[in-house]
Amino acid sequence: MINEMQILEGSKAVALTVKSCRVDVISAYPITPQTHIVEDLAQMVADGETDAEYIKVESEFSALSTLIGASATGARTYSSTTSQGLALMFEVLFNASGMRLPIVMTTVNRSLSAPLSIWNDQQDSISVRDAGWIQFYAEDNQEACDLLPIAYKVAEDKDILLPAMCCMDGYILTHTFEPVEIPEQSLTDEFLPSYQPKYVLDPENPLTFGAYADPSIYTEFRYQQHDAMLKAYKKFEEVVREFEKVFGRRYGLVEEYKLEDAEIVLISMGSLVGTMKDVVDELRRDEEKVGILKIISYRPFPAEKIYKAIKDAKVVLVLEKDVSVGMEGGLLSDIKSFMYNREDRPSIFGFSIGLGGRDVTIGDIKGLVSRVKRREAEEFEFLNLRREVL
Amino acid sequence: MREIRFHGRGGQGAVTAAELLAVAAFNDGYYSQAFPAFGVERRGAPVLAFTRINDEKIRVRSQIYSPDYIIVQDSTLVKTVNVVEGLKEDGMVIINSNKDPKEFNIGSEIRAIDATKISLDVIGRPIMNTTMLGAFAGATGVVSLESVKKAVGNRFEGKLKERNVRAVEMAYGKIKEDAR
Repeated sequence: MINEMQILEGSKAVALTVKSCRVDVISAYPITPQTHIVEDLAQMVADGETDAEYIKVESEFSALSTLIGASATGARTYSSTTSQGLALMFEVLFNASGMRLPIVMTTVNRSLSAPLSIWNDQQDSISVRDAGWIQFYAEDNQEACDLLPIAYKVAEDKDILLPAMCCMDGYILTHTFEPVEIPEQSLTDEFLPSYQPKYVLDPENPLTFGAYADPSIYTEFRYQQHDAMLKAYKKFEEVVREFEKVFGRRYGLVEEYKLEDAEIVLISMGSLVGTMKDVVDELRRDEEKVGILKIISYRPFPAEKIYKAIKDAKVVLVLEKDVSVGMEGGLLSDIKSFMYNREDRPSIFGFSIGLGGRDVTIGDIKGLVSRVKRREAEEFEFLNLRREVL
Repeated sequence: MREIRFHGRGGQGAVTAAELLAVAAFNDGYYSQAFPAFGVERRGAPVLAFTRINDEKIRVRSQIYSPDYIIVQDSTLVKTVNVVEGLKEDGMVIINSNKDPKEFNIGSEIRAIDATKISLDVIGRPIMNTTMLGAFAGATGVVSLESVKKAVGNRFEGKLKERNVRAVEMAYGKIKEDAR
């Protein structure tokens, strides 16, 4: 398999994949650690390696606003941002989803200020959970690439028409060199035909997008978004089956790792799962019945898949790089929320971990599992809190 | 799995060296992974970079705490940073220095090479990150000389390409000769 791969920085691999998706318009504002992705794309445009137009703007707010206009004319559009940039886009995120424009964006995950931190966690994308965007999380750079054409195909479907963000951990993935397979252009073309929207902005046939909605109709707009997101669940499963036929790699809304007889189930999203897999292999050697449920699609939320995966477990540990301040982690709340009305409920513990770029080691995760087993863990904790500096 | 930790100073190209080592290992048919200890880059500040090399896909993403090999690009770091922290018992340190390696007295197997001199002589600049990779290949055999030359050669163009590749070859030969 390694023969078909090349070794690249994650950002470069993503940029090459964006190019292979034949996007028409790119607009982005550079911000660490997303910078290499948009630099690489700008270079490709400047070198004439792609026909895409790269529209330079003065802020992330403008970048996404630009893509709203471009997408409404029927263009396939791409942006990438992170952290403060995503926060600055907040208003525009809702405009994009409300106008049902299938913009695709790589969200490079980084913590939010203050205090200023350029390092990785997932507080940024989790904080825009309710913006009506599809959200996928990548474990490695191959996934950060593969989820892009999958995102376009789901987002652009006539029954879906929602924007999508493919999240990848800042630095940990974007700045890591590792082998990836960048498919032949012909394969991507076979999988992802050009975007053919039903409604486009056209001077010959004027339309209005995102117009005023009074109380008699606003709820119905919101319901339709909700309904489209629920439909994206099935659509994703269809699209990944096609993806597997063309590219030979299999994805799901979730990925199960050694769950068959697992009494302890670890749940997480993003690059943390890689380290967790090594932990599970070590614990399995010591005959611990432990496994992982990786969430790839956070929105649409794979509630039924999660239920099936954890209903027979004794205990579930949710590890996540975010916190809803004063409550608990966002993923933890989501999981507990739909489990409440079910019959078979394992105990569920949650941990905010790796915030602001703090390294997460195999020992950290093993320690956490053993503390939960010894019933020493709280229902929700900040892992590895340095109490001596509080 | 072989794990390598690079110690350098901002501007010495530790991150590039870690990447090129990963590329060289990939050229040899291994899975590999390279990443920096992400910081706010400042010229002269101590920096870390990491490379993992394995027969199978590498999943772990944490920094490297118990390396098999440590490459020290700047010998003055030994005074301020515990460069051998976590080094495996049978691990090895390769340091850029014109001193007798015994002088460092860091309790581990250590090999020294005057990579700065080789770089000045061959490349014309004291940037020794590629030179140190030649020494690493020569001292450890973890990656082949050919793969390091290919990785380094592909990173540069024209005269710089030729000179960097020559520096790699010289360091490789020198550290092998010193071992005799």
